[in-house]
Amino acid sequence: MIKGMVNYICCPENAGKRKVIFYSILVLVFASDFIASRHHVAFAWDAIPGWSAFYGFVSCVSIIAVFKFLGKVWLLKKEDYYD
Amino acid sequence: MTDWFHPSILFIAGAFLIPFLKGNVRKAYLVLIPALAMIAVFSTAEGTYGTHSFLGHEIIFGKVDKLSLVFSYVFTLMAFIGMVYSLHVEDPGQHMAAFLYVGSSLGAVFAGDYFTLFIFWEIMAFTSAYLIFAKRERRSIEAGFRYLLVHVFGGACLLGGIILHYTDTGSTLFGPIEHNGSMGFYLIMIGFIVNAAVPPLHAWLPDAYPESTVTGTVFLSIFTTKVALYVLARAFPGTEILVWFGTMMALYGVIYATMENDCRRLLAYHMVSQLGYMIAGVGMGTEIGLNGAIAHAFTYIIYKGLLFMAAGSVIYVTGIRKLSEMGGLYKTMPLTFILYMIGGFSISAFPFFSGFVSKSMVVAAASHDHRAVVTLLLTIASSGTFLSTTLKLPYHMFFGHDSGIKAKEPPLNMLIGMGIAAFLCIAIGVFPGPLYSVLPYPVDFEPYTGDHITGSLGILMFTALGFFMLLKYLHPKNLISLDTDWSYRMGSRVFMRIAKGPVGVYEGFITEVSNTIALPVIYSFAGIGLWIDRNIVDRFVNGVANFVLTISASVRRIQTGFLQHYALGMVIGIMVIIIIYSLVGGG
Repeated sequence: MIKGMVNYICCPENAGKRKVIFYSILVLVFASDFIASRHHVAFAWDAIPGWSAFYGFVSCVSIIAVFKFLGKVWLLKKEDYYD
Repeated sequence: MTDWFHPSILFIAGAFLIPFLKGNVRKAYLVLIPALAMIAVFSTAEGTYGTHSFLGHEIIFGKVDKLSLVFSYVFTLMAFIGMVYSLHVEDPGQHMAAFLYVGSSLGAVFAGDYFTLFIFWEIMAFTSAYLIFAKRERRSIEAGFRYLLVHVFGGACLLGGIILHYTDTGSTLFGPIEHNGSMGFYLIMIGFIVNAAVPPLHAWLPDAYPESTVTGTVFLSIFTTKVALYVLARAFPGTEILVWFGTMMALYGVIYATMENDCRRLLAYHMVSQLGYMIAGVGMGTEIGLNGAIAHAFTYIIYKGLLFMAAGSVIYVTGIRKLSEMGGLYKTMPLTFILYMIGGFSISAFPFFSGFVSKSMVVAAASHDHRAVVTLLLTIASSGTFLSTTLKLPYHMFFGHDSGIKAKEPPLNMLIGMGIAAFLCIAIGVFPGPLYSVLPYPVDFEPYTGDHITGSLGILMFTALGFFMLLKYLHPKNLISLDTDWSYRMGSRVFMRIAKGPVGVYEGFITEVSNTIALPVIYSFAGIGLWIDRNIVDRFVNGVANFVLTISASVRRIQTGFLQHYALGMVIGIMVIIIIYSLVGGG
């Protein structure tokens, strides 16, 4: 049963449906941040609706940028480096 | 030791029975011991037990309070899960090492004085190293020795610190250390943070853990670093520098994790990152900070175990460890995929998974203290967690390009072990109450508020958006990353090169000088010495010897052994004396 479910969700034919669901979730999450009540605002940005979505995206892109840069100029070596 | 049974005894004494058991009896035994240990710790009341006096010092085996209890709960629980997962392993040595490792970790957690702590600390280092050696490959053995050397260094720092602390304070009791900036304070801290994998002293972890056996890595991921966190929470709560160490670790770990190609090395780097959250929480030292750190250690042990178990299952079945060679496994290993993703959602702190109820506590502790930079940086690390562990790794393992590897689900015991861990990840996420009730301080924290859920989901889902947009830049490549272990891996080579090069040349020069100049002089002196010896010394000695021989021959002739001859001799002697006296004295 689980195998059938996983195969159905993950098979390439359903890529289109997966995309639609993914983007709907993004919209839903972004929109719900506008209506969620703020109980505890420690920092000014906590009050900005959609802040977390923006910050999450920026974090992800900056981590990728940093590791690509450091990996290229310095840290990534061939596998036999220590041999 | 009246009303308390030390759970370490079960594991340490129990380990020595393992080689004598076979087949199903051994399997039953391997899960029975952790189960009994669980009963023992869950029925233990707070108090101080097992106090002995040794050379005028108090040795305490059982300091049982809420802090040590919560760690003992999760340690025995995870020992049980880990044992179920490794039931198919036939090698008794690995099971013994695992038992001794678990037993010594529990011993360290319950230790009430520094010397007891130190002894268990060292046993942990050696038994865990065995789990790395147990793979019996060249790479593992090399990595195991590096691991051991780093831990021996850490242990030496700890012992030095303990002795200085004792001479300063006159006490060996294990408790909060005064922040006086003394040498003892820093040495103990270095000893602890080596095991807590704080950069730059962390490289042993991603170096050695991925080289262990499939089941060994699961045990390794649980104990050493979490015992280190426990001792930091006990000795150094509220040490400001730990907040910054922790925050730096959280970021350092995710950047390396995202770079990695070896799936268990990726997870190992991710351990560094997650430990960062806990160490930051300990450094803040507030009630919510310490509660958060400990709650996070609790949930973390279970979901990280699950992630290592699932990644280990893939390695066990396929024999492949590099992401660049995997792909498309969701078709043949759907259960492993689902179980991995439960661990992945937990570590990423999705609502209703265990990480959410603990990680949010640490971040909340930072914002309670109005630490804006720490909060922002820890949030970036959350994004990186999701990116590396829950998006990048499973994407390339289970999806990506279809590698066409023939795979199947792992053995049933591995699936059951993972199943129990996955169940706990969700159960704790949905019902955090029982976890909160065993934390050291009363919990005044509600994880499930509206803004909290939307905030977390915003971070996570838009990280996913970034991942899918930049997917083409994230293909794993057959490369390895350099880290601080470079210093001693290459450093030892430089040492050897110096030994072979300059030192070798110098040594050759000295040999040459001694051969051409010094030796002839020495030989000629030796020649003179020899002549003197033969012609003067020997002759003299021979002469003396001959003289003594002649005398002794005459004496032998005198010594007849007959009493009357001696009596006659004495009478003649007395008469001679009287005659001389009368001639000389009388005149």
